[in-house]
Amino acid sequence: MSVLLDRHTRVICQGFTGKQGSFHSEQMIAYGTSFVGGVTPGKGGQRHLERPVFDSVADAVEQEGAEATVIFVPPRFAADAIVEAANAGIKLICCITEGIPVQDMLRVKQQIANMDCTLIGPNCPGIITPGEAKIGIMPGHIHLPGRIGVISRSGTLTYEAVAQLTSTGLGQSTCIGMGGDPIHGMDFIDALKLFEADDQTEGVVMIGEIGGSDEEHAAAYIRDHFSKPVVAFIAGATAPKGKRMGHAGAIISGGKGTAEAKFTALETAGVAIEHNPTLLGKRMLALLG
Amino acid sequence: MNIHEYQAKALLAEFSVPVPKGIVAMSVAEAVAAATSLAGDIWVVKAQIHAGGRGKAGGVRVCRSLQEVESVADALLGSILVTKQTGEAGKQVNRLYVEEGLDIDREFYLSLLVDRETESIAFVVSPAGGMDIEQVAADTPDQIMTVKIAGDAVSVTESGRMAAKLGLGSDQLEAFHTLTSNVHRMFRQTDAAMLELNPLLLTQSGQLIALDAKFVLDDNALYRQPAIAELRDLDEEDPRETEASRFGLNYIALDGHIGCMVNGAGLAMASMDIIQLKGGKPANFLDVGGGVTVDAVCEAFKLLFSDEHVKAVLVNIFGGIVRCDIIANGLLEAIKTHPMRVPVVMRLVGTNEKEGRAIVKDAGLDVRWAEDLDQAAEFAVAAAQWEQASLSRCAVDQSDQTGRGLT
Repeated sequence: MSVLLDRHTRVICQGFTGKQGSFHSEQMIAYGTSFVGGVTPGKGGQRHLERPVFDSVADAVEQEGAEATVIFVPPRFAADAIVEAANAGIKLICCITEGIPVQDMLRVKQQIANMDCTLIGPNCPGIITPGEAKIGIMPGHIHLPGRIGVISRSGTLTYEAVAQLTSTGLGQSTCIGMGGDPIHGMDFIDALKLFEADDQTEGVVMIGEIGGSDEEHAAAYIRDHFSKPVVAFIAGATAPKGKRMGHAGAIISGGKGTAEAKFTALETAGVAIEHNPTLLGKRMLALLG
Repeated sequence: MNIHEYQAKALLAEFSVPVPKGIVAMSVAEAVAAATSLAGDIWVVKAQIHAGGRGKAGGVRVCRSLQEVESVADALLGSILVTKQTGEAGKQVNRLYVEEGLDIDREFYLSLLVDRETESIAFVVSPAGGMDIEQVAADTPDQIMTVKIAGDAVSVTESGRMAAKLGLGSDQLEAFHTLTSNVHRMFRQTDAAMLELNPLLLTQSGQLIALDAKFVLDDNALYRQPAIAELRDLDEEDPRETEASRFGLNYIALDGHIGCMVNGAGLAMASMDIIQLKGGKPANFLDVGGGVTVDAVCEAFKLLFSDEHVKAVLVNIFGGIVRCDIIANGLLEAIKTHPMRVPVVMRLVGTNEKEGRAIVKDAGLDVRWAEDLDQAAEFAVAAAQWEQASLSRCAVDQSDQTGRGLT
């Protein structure tokens, strides 16, 4: 088993015919994802990458039974693209787009709050179930089907952890990049709940970063509800206050969101914290014995 | 993006939020002329820099005569102001704002922000105005109230809760509700990430006025706020950060010795962290981003090589979208004009890793290759320490020679 995504999940791409959408759709198809088509308004009826193009997500759901979507549309249209997918009944929405205005995301979160869908991102690498399917931009070849769930606020730092889990032979059950924006979809707790219930997942590597308090909330959840070993790293211990470190969400403001506070919260909750980001795989291997 | 106090106040005025009368001045003569046209017999001359804590640092002065305005303006313009928020280097004062003096009864704190917890726009208010709000939060958290705005506009109930916290009387409630409604409307329409009135003033005649104002624009919304985007003051920004942003690079100057080039914000932070763990200090945060070109990489290397604090460079690329050959070609391009004057440690993995390594090797460049990030950080820290040590050896040699010359 895995979480959220497997080889049977029927995936489409919004922003299908654009440069990014085309490149990464090709990669997703090559990885073995059940990729059933894409959406580019005005190009409905055409074919692209040997798949049908639709004018709307609703058309793709109706004609191809799409269940999941990956969004590559530009920032100014991305918020509406998320809402369109939710309205069309898509269950898993993965938004790669970086640079969506934060107040647009406030609106999106309100609009999809009571709908039956899971949003991952925005500004994220996506989700992959190694050996089965991938939705997003991560390099597939570094992954190995295996025992560890990965949940992260970062993209390339996730690849670092994944490569370590692959080289130690532990592999990954599912890897989820929740993204670097302050207002986002799925958070650590949502993912931990899924990993707790998943038989294939024996442990979790969690990668946080400065800003906000998602990690502190996750720590409380792990303490009370999570039974599997967790290894955690928080990026940004050396980041200065008040400076946005690339990600819109990675900022220490009002004295809150420091790496130190997050490490402490996680350690108190029984998590194996690791200050060296190159030792996450070995640490997990040691924990599982 | 930050804007100046006087610009934030002009925005507030557009949204019918009361602000003191004031005029911006770029010279001493303009400051005196501003005071003259404001009339009255008391003025406040305020240094316009993008940092808080100006009052304590001497950047906000009350003047009781035109002569005083003149001498204060003369002292402030061109001076370097070091406040709690500027860092040790401080910031040069290039603009002043001259305001009418006001009779103060009470000072409050009021701000709006995007609250990550409740995923909504929220007010933060405190009766302890005019002070460092982080200090208030640390010392007396009960003096701070956060109010989440549930709907599209501030309700009377929400305003009422805040007014009660501030200790405002019922006769001020209507004016306060108008003020909160207007700042909330401004926050939404201007794509603010933060709007802070500290202090918000209650005058002796019972009027609410924004005595100081700080406005931060959500950078992601720059494209649809062209009027505010034009207020950007490049003098307030680190020139290297500005240069980097022209090439789509995310660069932040720090005070260490190891220049970093990384792809991805999280990996860039992690690279800084591991440098520190190995006993070194990063000179910068640099995320080259996903869609990076040879030109941008070249520019990034130039930035690192031209920074005199940099004693070694650490390149850490985990290529997904970013191709390692682009990084290698960027380095080759950069050294045409900026020689590699410090050791370069490279860790290239992922997309086109072999091609990237081959390009650097074929060019005969003397870089040190690392197999993983741990090793890369160790090499870079050792190289930087060696460079620094040899610099101080040179300094000793020179003083030896000087000493010999004297004897």
